[in-house]
Amino acid sequence: MSEVKGVAQKGRFKLFLERRKPIIEDWKHTFYLWKSTTLAMVGTVIIFVFFGIAIFAPLLTSYDPIAQDLDNRLLPPSSQHLFGTDQYGRDVFSRVIYGSRVELWIIFIVSIISVGIGTLVGIIAGYFGGAVDEVLMRITDMFLAFPRLVLAMAFTASLGPNLTNTIIAISFVDWTVYARLARAEAIKVKSQPYIEAIRGLGAKNTRIMAFHVLPMSISPVIVQLTLRMGTIILTAAGLGFLGLGAQPPIPEWGAIVSDGRSYLVQQWWITTFPGLAIAIVVLGFNLLGDGIRDILDPRLRR
Amino acid sequence: MRGNLLDITKLKVVFYTYRGVIKALNGVELWMNRGERLGIVGETGCGKSVTALSIMGLVEQPGEIVEGKIAFEDKILTSMNGDALNKIRGNDLAMIFQEPVAALNPVMRIGFQIAESISRNKKKNEIKQVYPEVRRMLELVGLDWKRTIDLYPHELSGGMAQRAMIAMALSSKPKLLIADEPTSALDVTIQAQILELLDELVKKFGNAVILITHDMGVAAEFCDKIAVMYAGNMVEYANTTDIFENPIHPYTRGLLRAVPKIGRTDELESIPGVVPDLVDPPPGCRFHPRCKYAMDACKEKFPSLLEVGPEHYVACHLYLKEEMKNAN
Repeated sequence: MSEVKGVAQKGRFKLFLERRKPIIEDWKHTFYLWKSTTLAMVGTVIIFVFFGIAIFAPLLTSYDPIAQDLDNRLLPPSSQHLFGTDQYGRDVFSRVIYGSRVELWIIFIVSIISVGIGTLVGIIAGYFGGAVDEVLMRITDMFLAFPRLVLAMAFTASLGPNLTNTIIAISFVDWTVYARLARAEAIKVKSQPYIEAIRGLGAKNTRIMAFHVLPMSISPVIVQLTLRMGTIILTAAGLGFLGLGAQPPIPEWGAIVSDGRSYLVQQWWITTFPGLAIAIVVLGFNLLGDGIRDILDPRLRR
Repeated sequence: MRGNLLDITKLKVVFYTYRGVIKALNGVELWMNRGERLGIVGETGCGKSVTALSIMGLVEQPGEIVEGKIAFEDKILTSMNGDALNKIRGNDLAMIFQEPVAALNPVMRIGFQIAESISRNKKKNEIKQVYPEVRRMLELVGLDWKRTIDLYPHELSGGMAQRAMIAMALSSKPKLLIADEPTSALDVTIQAQILELLDELVKKFGNAVILITHDMGVAAEFCDKIAVMYAGNMVEYANTTDIFENPIHPYTRGLLRAVPKIGRTDELESIPGVVPDLVDPPPGCRFHPRCKYAMDACKEKFPSLLEVGPEHYVACHLYLKEEMKNAN
């Protein structure tokens, strides 16, 4: 009996593989395109290194990023302190390494909140249309009317400058893009015959939106999100530099750059290395985003 | 009520467009009994599909039901709100659409979509019975469930997709199934199979069917009764045999003369002219510009529905006049 069962299971697995074959082939083709796009590959490597650094931060450095050591302040880069030390004797290398965790955390939370708000608003506006659409989209327009950084500054200034409020502020500025994308997709999807068919079978609005409109509208939002991750870091670092973001002693890259700016001429290393980190990671995200867009573009695919 | 399942009185539906107000339905009268098969025939744009959508409560912006009443059993559908309608849709009413592949969600497996319509009628503790039911429904519509349950709609042929749609629609055991041109997008051999399947399932479930079609042959084969529609009006309503053997309305006669038959040697006649623009429909009887028997009365007043024989109704001044002549 057990043998028969085994054969049946193997059959199902084989069937499963066979059915997935086109998808696997498609992935192979994507991988090939990725390999032939050098810049996308560079971006991917940078981002993976960035993730790796954030995950393995304690293994890469033995210094505490926050503990002060006033005997060793303002030391230039050496084998002891790879990036030198700052005015409180903190190891800059270790601060940059741990800073990647802060940036990653900001990206993660901002993505969840802004994509959440954006798709919710966008799908409701697109699906119901009419007055609901008009009201929600005018609110979105109000958010879009302000320069992003200025609006984010206003939010943090009024909420009080700290890391949580920075995240909230960036999320509240960033959701508009996703709202517009999700709305456009929802309008396209809601006029499809299968939405009418499922309504004819008695599905409620909430069900249609959650199970039938959302899955169809989410993919452009996700592509846009990968394209915007660099911008999220830049905004967070900008706020940090202006003293409106993460507060000392949290090792946020923008804040570290700001810390060292009065020592810029003699002790260049305090600002330069975190600044380079920001530049490289943002470049990485932009290259990856461009690469993803090119690779997923159906006109360039075949 | 004239029929014990469905009774539509003076249904008017309009669509607001930039070009003006399209008077899509202009006082449609229709009724049917439980377990009956009613065919609605007519040209493209005569309001067949809008009638079906009105019954389902799916007329949406920019469309609106401005007048009239749709009674379904003891409920008045036209005065119900969304939630109450949702309870009836998918339980007592179900619909099959013209393009089966487009009417299925392209990113969901067939099995899941059928399960969705079954599970809405189940309680929490009955969830385990949903998939066996899905398999049973797939077998019932002649699909091999092992092969099809995990497929996506684009992997099915048109005929298979329509079978899956029928499974979805019938899974809730509706009292009335509306089939909006279910075979128009399929090729002829598959058409026959789908109609046969529908016939068989309707016999089994005993539900009423409204079959919307522009194919007189399909209607003749499948339906007990036929309603002929023209430009937003029901112009003739009778048993299938009466319609074919004794058509009264000039439009019905014209339609029947335009049907090709094997062994027919005379030239096919067509009805001169085209369907009127419904933004600015002709006054009176909407058929009068194309009718060779048109009289002055036709241009002034829409004729009321008259019973001219047992279960045979027609809306035409011509018959009214003849009636009066005979009386004199």
